[in-house]
Amino acid sequence: MPERLYGIRHHGPGSARAVVQELERQPPDVLLVEGPPEADALVRWVADSGLEPPVALLGYASDDPRRAAFWPFAVFSPEWQAIRWAVERNVPVRFFDLPFAYRLTGEARPPAAPSPATVPADEPDAAGIKPDQSGAGPDVPRDPAAGPDVPRDPAAGPGEPGAGPGEPGAGPGEPGAGPAAEPPAGNDGPQTDRNGPGPDDSEPSGTTPAEPDQTTEGGAAPRRPVDPIGELAAAAGYDDPERWWEDVVEHRGMPAFEAIAEAMTAIRDESPEDPDDLVREAYMRGVLREVRKTYEDIAVVCGAWHVPALTRKVAVKDDTALLKGRKKAKVDFTWVPWTYGRLASWSGYGAGVSSPGWYHHLFTSADEVVPRWLVDAAGVLRAEGVPTSSAHVIEATRLAEALATLRGRPLAGLAEVTEAAESVMCDGEPLRVELITRKLVVGERLGGVPDDMPAVPLAKDLAAQQRTARLKSEALERALDLDLRKETDLRRSRLLHRLRTIGVPWGEPETTRRSTGTFREEWRLRWQPEFAIRLVEGSMYGTTVASAATAKVVRAADRAETLADVTALVETCLLADLSEAYPQVLASLDARAALDADVNHLMAAIPALARTLRYGDVRRTDVAGLAAVTASLLIRVCAGLPSAVGSLSDEAAKVLRDRLDGVHSAVGLLDDADLRERWLSTLASLAGRADLHGLLAGRLTRLLLDAGRLDGAEVRRRLRLPLTVGTPPAHAAAWVEGFLSGGGLLLVHDDALLGLLDDWLADIPAGAFDDVLPLLRRTFGAFEAGERRAIGERLAGPRAGGGEAAAGGLGFDPGRADLVLPTLSALLGRQVEA
Amino acid sequence: MTALRPHAEDQYADELALLASTDDRPRPPGWRLSPQAVVTYLLGDGAKITPKYVGPRRLMEVAVSTLVTDRALLLLGVPGTAKTWVSEHLAAAVSGDSTLLVQGTAGTAEEAIRYGWNYARLIAEGPTEAAMVPSPIMRAMQTGTIARLEELTRVPSDVQDALITILSEKTLPVSELNTEVQAQRGFNLIATANDRDRGVNELSSALRRRFNTVVLPVPASADDEVEIVARRVAQLGRSLDLPEVPAALDEIRRVVTIFRELRGGLTEDGRTKLKSPTGTLSAAEAISVITNGMALAAHFGDGRLHPADVAAGIVGAVVKDPVSDGVVWREYLETVVRERPDWRDFYRAARDA
Repeated sequence: MPERLYGIRHHGPGSARAVVQELERQPPDVLLVEGPPEADALVRWVADSGLEPPVALLGYASDDPRRAAFWPFAVFSPEWQAIRWAVERNVPVRFFDLPFAYRLTGEARPPAAPSPATVPADEPDAAGIKPDQSGAGPDVPRDPAAGPDVPRDPAAGPGEPGAGPGEPGAGPGEPGAGPAAEPPAGNDGPQTDRNGPGPDDSEPSGTTPAEPDQTTEGGAAPRRPVDPIGELAAAAGYDDPERWWEDVVEHRGMPAFEAIAEAMTAIRDESPEDPDDLVREAYMRGVLREVRKTYEDIAVVCGAWHVPALTRKVAVKDDTALLKGRKKAKVDFTWVPWTYGRLASWSGYGAGVSSPGWYHHLFTSADEVVPRWLVDAAGVLRAEGVPTSSAHVIEATRLAEALATLRGRPLAGLAEVTEAAESVMCDGEPLRVELITRKLVVGERLGGVPDDMPAVPLAKDLAAQQRTARLKSEALERALDLDLRKETDLRRSRLLHRLRTIGVPWGEPETTRRSTGTFREEWRLRWQPEFAIRLVEGSMYGTTVASAATAKVVRAADRAETLADVTALVETCLLADLSEAYPQVLASLDARAALDADVNHLMAAIPALARTLRYGDVRRTDVAGLAAVTASLLIRVCAGLPSAVGSLSDEAAKVLRDRLDGVHSAVGLLDDADLRERWLSTLASLAGRADLHGLLAGRLTRLLLDAGRLDGAEVRRRLRLPLTVGTPPAHAAAWVEGFLSGGGLLLVHDDALLGLLDDWLADIPAGAFDDVLPLLRRTFGAFEAGERRAIGERLAGPRAGGGEAAAGGLGFDPGRADLVLPTLSALLGRQVEA
Repeated sequence: MTALRPHAEDQYADELALLASTDDRPRPPGWRLSPQAVVTYLLGDGAKITPKYVGPRRLMEVAVSTLVTDRALLLLGVPGTAKTWVSEHLAAAVSGDSTLLVQGTAGTAEEAIRYGWNYARLIAEGPTEAAMVPSPIMRAMQTGTIARLEELTRVPSDVQDALITILSEKTLPVSELNTEVQAQRGFNLIATANDRDRGVNELSSALRRRFNTVVLPVPASADDEVEIVARRVAQLGRSLDLPEVPAALDEIRRVVTIFRELRGGLTEDGRTKLKSPTGTLSAAEAISVITNGMALAAHFGDGRLHPADVAAGIVGAVVKDPVSDGVVWREYLETVVRERPDWRDFYRAARDA
C-alpha cells in the first residue's frame, strides 16, 4: 500500500500521541486529514502562535451564513497534532473529506433533488437532506463533542449504542438521539450550529431543514444498528465502550493502528452502510488517487471507521457515479475560537467528549497523571474554601489506584479519579463533585485566533472595536462595572449594546444595583464560541458592528406590532448610540402611536421615553426628535384620557392609577411648561367628574394638590365629601387610599399635607369618626411601621409649636450666616467680596 | 438453627465457600476473599451468588477499594438505604465475621471503643491483661478483622475522637499496662451514619479525613426498588417462617410507587406536585409494610395479599406525625390515588384504614 492510514478516535489524546509518534518514525511527503477541503488554505495558520486551540473551523454558505458547520479541534485532537506536525516541517497538508459545499447543496434542495439519486439505493431521500444535520458531516462535529460518540467515532461508525436498532423511533425526541444519529464521523463532519441561528433557522433554507432532519435522524438509527466500538468492547468484556478504547488504545501509548483497522474492517463487514459515509468515502478515495500521482509517501489521518473503506479496491467509475450530479454551493471558511465547555456540551447529555479537561490533562502531563490531576482537584476545592490537605491527595491517589486494580485497568481513568476524589476529598457531597467536574473535567479553556486571520468584515470590525474599548473575550463569566462618564466605559457600553442588538449577547446587563445612578451600568460578560456564527450571520446586515446594529433595529422597527416594541427600540437606539436608525425608529413610533387606540398603551410608553430623554443627556446623544414625538404622545394621552377613566373596575383603576403616576412624573422630567399645563388641566377637569373611581378621584386630587392647582380649603372640602352619608364605603376607602398612596414618608415631611389631614380629622364629628376609622386604618395599615410611628411622633411632638419652629424655631441668625458666605463664594468660584 | 436472624456469614455460608473455592485472585493480607470476589458477593453474579445490594456497582467497588487501602469506610445515607446491611455483608465477606459490632448511641462510652475493666479482677489483681475487657474494635485489631460501628454521628464527639489514634496509627495504647495493642493486617473499620441527622455529633475534620465516604442513594428507579423489596420480602418470609403467601408483585409495585411519589414530592408521571411527609419512606419501610401485609394475609386473610392488607401498613408508615402527615396522606389519597382507575380497591381500603 503506497499510503499509510492512521485510523484515529476523534479527540482521543492517545490517538494524538500515537499519530505523532508514527509520523516522526516515518515522515511522509504529504498528509491527508479528514476535514473540509475548502479549508486547505487555512492550514498555514496552524503554525501561527496566535491560533491557540481549542479552535474550530467554521464553514458557512456565503449567501446564507446561517447554514454553517463547525469542525472543532482541541490540542489533544489527533488531527490537530498531525497538522501541526506537518506544518512545522513544511509537509503539505490537504483536507480530503467531502467538500462542505456538496453537503450544503444537498441540504438546501428538497429531498427530491438529484443528489439523492446518486446515492445508493437504500435510502434515497436521506442522502439529500442528511448532510445537513444528522447525518453527514455536519453533525459529525458534534460528535467530537459527543462523548459516547467519540469513542465510537474511532469506530466512527454507527451512532450511539442506544440509537441502534433497539430504538428505531428514537430519532428526534430522545436526548441521545441527535448525536446518535450522527454517525461515525466523529469529527469528520462539521457541527451544525443548532443554537446559532435560532428560531428562524429554517426560514432561509426554504426547505425547513428541521423536519427533514428529524426524519433523517429517525431513519438513520436503523441504518446504523451496530456500534462497532461497543461490539469490540463487549467482546473484550467491557460494558462501557469509551473505557475500552481508553484501556486498549489510549493508555497503551503504543500505536495500534493496524489492529484497529482490522477490527473496523470486521465490524464494517457486518454492519449496514450509511449512504452518507459512502459518498464521503468515495470522495476521499478520489482525492487519494489524485494525490498518489504526485506523491510517493502519503500519510492519512481519518476516523478509524473510514479506514476499511479507503483500503478497499473500488473502481473509479463507481466513485464518480456516486459523486455525480452534486452541485456545489459557495462556502467560506475561517478559524474561530472554541471552548472546552462547548466541546463537552454540544450534544447534550451523554454525548460528546464529556471530559475535555481530562483529555487535555492526559495529553499535556507527561508523568504522574493521577497525582497531578488530584492535586489540581484539591486546588479547585481549596479555592472554594474546602479544606483539602496533601494527605487527602495521597489517600485519593491510593484509592484511585486500588479501584483501577480492582477493575483490572492498567491505569486509573477518569471514573476512578472522580470516584476517589468524591469519596476522599468531597466527603461524598455531590455539590463538590460537580464543582470539580465543571472546573476540571470539562474546563473552561477558550481558544484564540490571530488578529490578522481573514474573517468576515463584521468580525474584524468587532476585533478592532474590542481593541479600542480594551475588552477581551473570555470564556469564563465575569462582571463588568461601567461608569458612563468615562470615555472608554461609554464606548464599551455602546459596543455591548450594539452586539446585543445584532444577536451576540456577549454581555448581559445586570439590573441588581441599578439604583446607584444613571451613569452606572453593570454587565455580565461571557464569550460563547457560537457567537462567531452569529457574527457571520450579522454580517448580512452590515460590515461594521454599528451599521449592522442600525440595520437590524430599523428592520425591527418596521416589523414591530405594538407600541411597546417600538419604545423598547427607541431605548435600544439611545443605549447603543445608533443615531442613524433613530429617525426611522421615531417615525415608526409616531405611526404606531397614531394607530394605537388604547390610551393605556400610550401612557405606558411615555415614562420610558421620558427616561430616555434624560438618559440621552448622560450619553450625549441627540434627542431633539424624541422630545417632539413624546410631546405628541402626551397630547394624544390628554385627548384620550377623559373617555378612558369612566366605569373602571378596581383592578383597571389600579392599573390606570399607576399609569397616571408614571406619566405625571414623566411630565415632570420633560421640563416643558406648555405640556405640563395641558396635562394638569386635563387632570383638573377629570377630578371633578362624579363617575370617577374612588381611587382615581383621590389620586387626582392629590396630584393637583401637589402641583398647586388646588388650595387647602378646596382639598379639605373634597376630602370631606367621600366621607359623607351619600358615599358608599368602598368608594370612600378607595378615595382615601388614592389620596394618600405613595408612602407615609411624604406625610412625615410634608407639613402642609399633614396639617391638612390633621385638620380634617379633627373636624370629623365624634359620631362619624367610628365610620371613618376603618377607612383610614386601611390606608395607614399599608404604611411601614416606622413610617406610622414617625407620623405619630410628628403629630404628637413639636408640631404643636410647628408654626414657631418654621419661622424662628430654627434660630436663624443673619450675623452667623454671613460668616459662611465668603467660603461659599470661593467654592462657587466667585470673587470674594471683602 | 433457632436464631431469629442469622448472621450474614452463616446465612450465606455456602455462597462464601463457593466464592472462596473458585477465587484465584490475590487476596490482601487477612482477607478471606479477593476484592473482586467481595464485589461479586455483594452484587451477585446472576447465577449462584444472590445479589445482596442492588445499586450502582461503582459504589461497592469504591467501598471495597477503600478497605483494601486500609482506610476506614464511612457509609452515609438516609435511613433505610441499606447502610448496615452493606456493612454487615462487607465484614462477612472480608473477614468471615460480622459480629464485631459497636452500636453508637448518645450513651456510647469510650470503653465501648477502646477497652473496659473487669472491676472485680481489677481490685483483686490490679491492672493486668486478664482484668481488661476488650471492646469489639480492640478484638478486631488483635485478630485482624473488620469491626463495625453503627450510627457514628450519634456517638459523643469526645468518644469519637478515641478512634483517631486507632485509625491513623493503627494502634491502641493501654497506658495502665504500659503496652499497646497493634492492629494486625486485615483490620479495618466500617462506620455508618445517617444523613438526616448528620448534625447530631458532626465528625471533627481530623476524624473525617480518616474515612473515605460512600453515600448510598435511594434506589434510582422504581424497578430497582421493586426488585429490592420483592427480594427482601421473600427472604424475610422464609426466615420468619411465615406461611407461604404469593408475594403479589402488583402490591409491591404499588407500595413502592406510593413511597417514591411521596418521597420525591412528585407523581411518577411528573404531572402532579405532592407534599412530602416527615418520614423517610425508605425501601426498608416498604419491605416491612409488605412483610406485615403478608403476615396479615396469611393469618387473618385468605392467604392472598389484598390491598386492604397493605393499606394499614402504608398509612402507618406515611403518617408519622398525626397532624401534618395526616393532611399529606389525605391529599395524596384524594388527588392521586382516587384518580387511578385500577387503584380503586386500594383507595377504598386506604380510606377505611
